[in-house]
Amino acid sequence: MSSRGPRRGGQFSAPDSIDGQVESYDVLVVGGGLAGIRAAIAAVEANPRITVGMISKVYPMRSHTVSAEGGAAAALRPEDSYENHAFDTIKGSDYLADQDVVEAFVREAPIELIQMEHWGCPWSRDPDGKISARPFGGMTTWRTCFAADKTGFHMLHTVFQTSLKYEQIHRHDEAFVTKLLVEDSRCVGVIALDQRSGRFDAITAKAVILATGGLGRVYAFTTNGNICTGDGMALGYRAGVGLKDMEMVQFHPTGLPFTGILITEAVRGEGGYLTNKNGDRFLKDYVPNKMELGPRDIISRAMVTEFEAGRGFEGPHGKYMNLDVRHLGEEVIDRKLPFMRELGREFVGIDIVHEPIPVRPVQHYMMGGVDADISGATTLLGLYAAGECANVGLNGGNRLGSNSLSECLVFGAASGRAAAEYASTAKAVTSNPVDAMLWDEARRVEAAYLEKTGGDEKIGTIREEMQRDMDAGAGVFRTKEGLEKLTDQLGGLRDRFERIKIEDSSRTFNTELTAALELDFMLEVSQTIVASALAREESRGAHARRDFPDRNDEKYLKHTVAFSRGPEDPRPRLEYRDVRITNFKPQARVY
Amino acid sequence: MAEKTITIKATRFDPDKDSAPRLQSYDIPFADDAMVVLDALNYIKAHVDGSLSYRWSCRMGICGSCGMMVNGTPKLSCSAFLRDYWPRPVTVQPLNNFPIIRDLVIDMEDFMHKLKTIQPWIIRKQEVPLGAGEHRQTNAQIDEFKQFSQCINCMLCYSACPVYGLNNEFLGPAAIALARRYNLDSRDEGLTKRLPVIAGDEGIWECSFVGECSVVCPKGVDPAKAIQQTKLDTTLRFTLPFGNRD
Repeated sequence: MSSRGPRRGGQFSAPDSIDGQVESYDVLVVGGGLAGIRAAIAAVEANPRITVGMISKVYPMRSHTVSAEGGAAAALRPEDSYENHAFDTIKGSDYLADQDVVEAFVREAPIELIQMEHWGCPWSRDPDGKISARPFGGMTTWRTCFAADKTGFHMLHTVFQTSLKYEQIHRHDEAFVTKLLVEDSRCVGVIALDQRSGRFDAITAKAVILATGGLGRVYAFTTNGNICTGDGMALGYRAGVGLKDMEMVQFHPTGLPFTGILITEAVRGEGGYLTNKNGDRFLKDYVPNKMELGPRDIISRAMVTEFEAGRGFEGPHGKYMNLDVRHLGEEVIDRKLPFMRELGREFVGIDIVHEPIPVRPVQHYMMGGVDADISGATTLLGLYAAGECANVGLNGGNRLGSNSLSECLVFGAASGRAAAEYASTAKAVTSNPVDAMLWDEARRVEAAYLEKTGGDEKIGTIREEMQRDMDAGAGVFRTKEGLEKLTDQLGGLRDRFERIKIEDSSRTFNTELTAALELDFMLEVSQTIVASALAREESRGAHARRDFPDRNDEKYLKHTVAFSRGPEDPRPRLEYRDVRITNFKPQARVY
Repeated sequence: MAEKTITIKATRFDPDKDSAPRLQSYDIPFADDAMVVLDALNYIKAHVDGSLSYRWSCRMGICGSCGMMVNGTPKLSCSAFLRDYWPRPVTVQPLNNFPIIRDLVIDMEDFMHKLKTIQPWIIRKQEVPLGAGEHRQTNAQIDEFKQFSQCINCMLCYSACPVYGLNNEFLGPAAIALARRYNLDSRDEGLTKRLPVIAGDEGIWECSFVGECSVVCPKGVDPAKAIQQTKLDTTLRFTLPFGNRD
C-alpha cells in the first residue's frame, strides 16, 4: 500500500484545501533545470513503474541552464580520447578534482550528448552532418559541442519538452522548497510553499534529488539569473550534509559591464582576441601557449592584474577590456555567434561585427556544492544532488568551460538512476511525523516573516550589502584581512536579517516572502564560502590568496567540507578529505 | 543638478483584497542610461515597495519570464530601455489575454497544457539505439526548422494575438510554431500524430492572419509563417494524390 502522503494544508490553507490530494512519490526532484529534468527522465526510464515528482520555483524552461551559451564537452571526435578529456579537466581543476569521478564522466559524456541528439537538440553540424565541435578554454582539442551560442537554451527546451511525454513525471511548478523532511536520519521529502496559493505542502518521497543550480546571486556582479540563490545547498547544509570546496567560485573573464550578462567563451573559441587599452593581446604575458584559450581562473586573474597596472579601459561602469571578433567576419559571427551579436545590439548598442565588446571578469559558476558521490548520493540516506548545486568532485578548483552542461546530463542521469534504485527497495514514508513537521515549518515561516511585527530592515538593502561585500571580500583575489572583514560583515547582516520587515501580507504570489527565504539561504551559504576560503591558506584554481600565492599540495591537496553547527552558530565546522588520485600525478599547472 | 527621475505606473492586483486591477505610480531615479524597465521594477521592489510582484530571472532575453505590456505593447521588460520612453511615464501591465494571478504575474497554465498537446518531442516509428550514434543532419535540414526552435515561451505572441484574445481555446502562435519545429525536423516522424491537434477545431484554421505574433516576437520567430505553411501543407495532404503520406 502506498503511504498516505500528506498534502495537508499548513497554517495558510483555506479550509477546503486541508484534505487535499495525496502527494507522495518514489523520487522527488527539486529543481527543473538540465540536471533535474535529466534526473527525472533517468529515474522513470530506470523503472517505469515508479512515480516521479519534479518541483521547481519557476517553470522549468526558465531555469538558469537557459543562459548557458558556448557548448557541452564530450570526446566524440575520433582524434580525441577519454584520457585527453580527463587530463584537461584534472589539470583545469588544479588537481582538486577526484580523478575516478572525472574518468567516469568523460566516458558517459559522449553517450549523453548523443542521447540529447536523439531527443532533438539542434546541435550545430559539420559539413558531413555530424555534431560539430569548437575549441574551448583549457581543452587541448575541439570537443565542445554546440547549438550556435544558445546551447543551454536548446538543451533545456529539448529535455523539458521531451520530459512532457513521460506520464509518470508529475510537476509542481512555481513551488518553493523551504525545508527537507528528515526522519530517522533519512530524507523523506520536502516542505514547499505553493507560490500561487500561499499554501504549504508536505510532499513526501522515498528519495529526493537536489538539482537547484548555483548561488551567483550572493555576488553583485554575476552572470547568474535572479533565481540562482543557492537554495539546494542551503537545504542540504541545514539537513546536516556537508558543502564541499565552497571557496572555489568561478569568475568568468567576459561579462558585460553593468548587467553582468555573459559573453560566451566561444567568442574566444572561435578566434576572438582579448586586448587591453594599449591594444596588446596581454595574455601573452600570462598564458603564452594558450592565449585566449587559457582557463577561466587564470584569464580572470590576468585581467584584474592588468586593471591594477592601469592597462584597462575606463568606462561608465568601471574598468574593462576589449573582446574583439571583427576579424572573424559577419558570416562566421552570424552562424556561430548570433546570440552574441543580438546581445551586443540589444544591451550595449554595438554591432560586434564592427566594434569590440567591452568585458570584465564576473562571477559565473560555483565549483563547490552539496557533497555527493559519483552517483549523486549524499551522506544523508535518501538524499541525492546533481548539477551545479552538487559537488561530485568533477570540477575541483576550476571548472573548464563546457564541462558543466555535460555534468548536468551525466550526473543528473546517474542520480536519477541511483534514486530510482534506492526507492524501489526503501520502505514507505509514514505520514504522522510528516504532518507535525509540516505544521512546524509553516509556523516557523509565518512567525519569522509574515506575522513578524516591529521589523525595520529591508530585504533589498541587506541583499545589496551582502552582494557588495562578497564582491569586495571573496572575489578573484582574496586576503586574510579581507575575508575576516567579510566574516564580520556577514555576521552583522545576519543579525539585521533577524529584524527584517515584510511589507507584503498577501498569500498570493508573495515574491517578497520568497525573496526573504532566498536571502536567508544566501546568507547561510555565503558564510561557508568565506570560512572555507579563509581556511585554505594557499592558491589553487579559482581560489587565489594574495597572502599565499602558491599551491601547497602537501597541506591542501584536500577537499574542504563545511558543516553547519546549527542555527545558533553561523560559523561552519570544517573538515578535510583527501582528493582521489588515480592516473594523473599533480604537477605544476602551466599553460 | 537635480536627479533625473522617471515615473513608472504598474498594475497592482491582489485577489485577496482587490476587486479589480489598478495602476500605482512610482517616481524613481533614472540613474543610468543603461536601465531597462525591469531595473526600474527591481528598484521599486528593493527600495520603495517590497510588495510589487512580477516574474524575472535571466535579464538577458532568453529565459522568457519577464514579458509585460510596456506602454501597451507586449515586451520583455529586461530588454525595454527606459531611455526610449523618458521623459514620458512608463505604464507596465500584465500581458494581455491572460488571467492575472497577482500584480504583473499572469496565469500561463493554459499554454503549459497546450504545449503538451502538440507533443513537442521527437516521435519515431522505431527508436534508434544510442549505440548507432547521431542522426546526420545537414545545415540545410537544420535551417528548415531552426527559427521555430528559437521560441522562449515568453507569451508575447499570445498577448498580441486577437484570435486568442477572443477565444482562448485557440492553440495559439507559439504552440503551432513549436509543432512545426518538430514536424520539419528531419529526425522526426510524428507529423500524423500532431496533425489532429494543429489542424483540429482550435488549431491553424482559427488564425485570421493578423500577423501580430511575428511582429512582437523578441526572438525573430515567425509563428504567422508557421501557421500559413501548415495550412498549405495540410491542404496539399488532402488534395494531392501523393500528399497523404507520412
